[in-house]
Amino acid sequence: MDFSYTETQDMIRETLSRFLADTYDFDSRGKMIASATGRDAGIWKALAQDLGMLGASFSEEHGGLGGGHLENALIMEELGKVIAIEPYLQTVVLGGGALKAVGGAIADAVIPEIIGGNVVIAFAYAEPQGRYNLANLRTTAKKDGAGYVLNGHKGVVYAAPWASHLLVTARTGGSGSEAAGVSLFLIDANLPGIVRRDYPTVDGFQASEIYFENVAIPGDALLGGEGAGLPLIEQIVDEATVAVCAEACGVTFKLHQGTLEYARQRNQFGQPISRFQVLQHRMVDMFMEVEQSKSMTTMATLKLDLPAAERMAAVSACKAKVSRAAKFVGQNAIQTHGGIGITQELAIGHYFKRATMIEGQFGSADHHFDRFEKLTLAE
Amino acid sequence: MQLEFSPEEIAFQQEVRSFIAENYPENLRSVQDEGHDLSKEDFLSWHRILAKKGWIAPAWPVEYGGTGWTATQRFIWSEELAAADCVGTMPFGLSMVGPVIYTFGTPEQKARFLPGILSGDDWWCQGYSEPGSGSDLASLRTKAVRDGDDYIVNGQKTWTTMAQHADWGFFLVRTDPDAKQQEGISFLLIDMKSPGVTVRPIITLGGEHEVNEVWLEEVRVPVDQRIYEENKGWTCAKFLLAHERTGIAAVARSKRGVEKIKQIARTEMDGDKPLLANAFFKRKISELEIDLTALEFTELRSLAGEAAGKGPGPESSLLKIKGSEIQQRITELALEAVGHYGAPYFRGFGEGDNEHPIGPDYAHRAAPTYFNTRKTTIYGGSNEIQRNIIAKMVLGI
Repeated sequence: MDFSYTETQDMIRETLSRFLADTYDFDSRGKMIASATGRDAGIWKALAQDLGMLGASFSEEHGGLGGGHLENALIMEELGKVIAIEPYLQTVVLGGGALKAVGGAIADAVIPEIIGGNVVIAFAYAEPQGRYNLANLRTTAKKDGAGYVLNGHKGVVYAAPWASHLLVTARTGGSGSEAAGVSLFLIDANLPGIVRRDYPTVDGFQASEIYFENVAIPGDALLGGEGAGLPLIEQIVDEATVAVCAEACGVTFKLHQGTLEYARQRNQFGQPISRFQVLQHRMVDMFMEVEQSKSMTTMATLKLDLPAAERMAAVSACKAKVSRAAKFVGQNAIQTHGGIGITQELAIGHYFKRATMIEGQFGSADHHFDRFEKLTLAE
Repeated sequence: MQLEFSPEEIAFQQEVRSFIAENYPENLRSVQDEGHDLSKEDFLSWHRILAKKGWIAPAWPVEYGGTGWTATQRFIWSEELAAADCVGTMPFGLSMVGPVIYTFGTPEQKARFLPGILSGDDWWCQGYSEPGSGSDLASLRTKAVRDGDDYIVNGQKTWTTMAQHADWGFFLVRTDPDAKQQEGISFLLIDMKSPGVTVRPIITLGGEHEVNEVWLEEVRVPVDQRIYEENKGWTCAKFLLAHERTGIAAVARSKRGVEKIKQIARTEMDGDKPLLANAFFKRKISELEIDLTALEFTELRSLAGEAAGKGPGPESSLLKIKGSEIQQRITELALEAVGHYGAPYFRGFGEGDNEHPIGPDYAHRAAPTYFNTRKTTIYGGSNEIQRNIIAKMVLGI
């Protein structure tokens, strides 16, 4: 058992943190979001080509640094500290995670392109009726010669307007929420028949509703076995869930820090409000939630390669705790700021918005408590 | 970073597991299983076995009798002790005054007091709180006045746990009434058999005699029983409290406690189904279990920091707050789980009393334990005081 970071991991964190401090100040972020594309694509290129950051979690054979889940977690935490809107989660954690899991020619072809910053992947999995059930799919992929024909509607696909590729879940068989018949595909985002309605999200990203209308996709777009994709999807979503928890650690850390700073300089009743015990204790409670979030994220990160049932229980325990922490820290940061906290003017409100979306991303606290109980509390 | 134990660590786990299995006293096991109160000799029987093996003080530096175990080995050790339901060792010597003596004491004091702590020959108690000084500990009024090579001590201490068994006590006393509160306090070791020391029992809600009042009337204490400098006792006190707080997390024991709750909830019926099938009760267990995991990994992260050279600092207050809350929630769920049978008052077995107590075994002590465990958020610096400490020392507000 060992809880220390390697020198390389420390270096990744320091390099990234310095880069983001220079590029992602509050004003610059606001300008990126307000721009025509809603991002600064140059930052993604710089992360890849100047910093080598997009290769941190890939093997050296693919041109990466040989890391894995821990590298993803610490990069996501740093991105969370500046509420970055980079598509790291979608491209590297989800797309890269699926490719690492299946390996073969498609991994050899696409992973180096991810590392080089040449592709952006969006994960098209959610459907309006499916809520957090990954198997509840109405999108279909019907066999057609050597390929498939895709039909259906995917909702709130983060990063889709920027994407070169879509990672899509669809039914090649079965129905309802059956495990059998679920498949995973990696396709070109610009194939004929893909219709997008793009929009900004409340937390600063860009997303799309995606409609597949008889989209012809090649047979080699299939990742893993036909109809047997659910375990792979569950695995990459678990990896992404932990990555989002790591991001939450960065976001809530800054919510807490920002609240401390504000309370020290805000005077009422002739003294800084940080002197009031009721606020001190609230800020201590926020601190404890942030620390416990870090602990749970560390725990779950280290358990991502365990057998599925253990992995899922660990991830759900982590997300249940972190979702509640994100709500608690976010709400109390705003409350401690008072009126200014609910304006667009301070960064704190923008951190709160991201924290709030993280609460539900890949499953709310309730969803994960349920899954945890099914796995661990058999009667 | 990795969670797996190395082959050496697995071998160590096997070694301590077999040691416990082969050496834990049979009669102590049956005393525990039947729900009797533990006597001084019960506690000491296991203590002496560990002392003989050299495993009584794993956290101490090797030169003073520690084991030299890594943080992971200590983690394994506490897990194994809890899993085997071993009685705890008394913290007053091993976790409290021992570290103060080897950190602040003179070579003579170390030679005089550390062996008795390790062997169990000396039972220690803690003289901190006073009737007028609880959370505001530094306002304490027990007075020590210098008279030649002695101090004359007068005052009253309270909540003194297990003082009825104690050979020695460590006391905070005021040696300079004119100095600022924290600066006029000294740390004295007092022989509990000294003339003028009186111990009176306080009976707590579950009917236990655990805590006491200690009266000190014209008690002569040789100056060489003062640890560290005169009027610098607060330094020792703060050091001791930080040490006390880490152990207070009690993660391994709480894990065992959660397992017992699950077992009860599988046995107890809620209508036609086991209690564990009740969605509301189940959610309370999962919340408890997840919070305990968060505490466990917070402690592991903190131990890793300690191994990297950072001592137990004010962040150990977090472990105290969360650890004590979890201990309380365990007893709360246990009482809730036993339903009607929380009510019968179990006084323990009298001499020659063979009649089986009312209700299932696991119910007998559910209510008294729940009542008793309210202490965890009060002692060792109440949880509100811990929040003050974090606010000041960690957050800087």
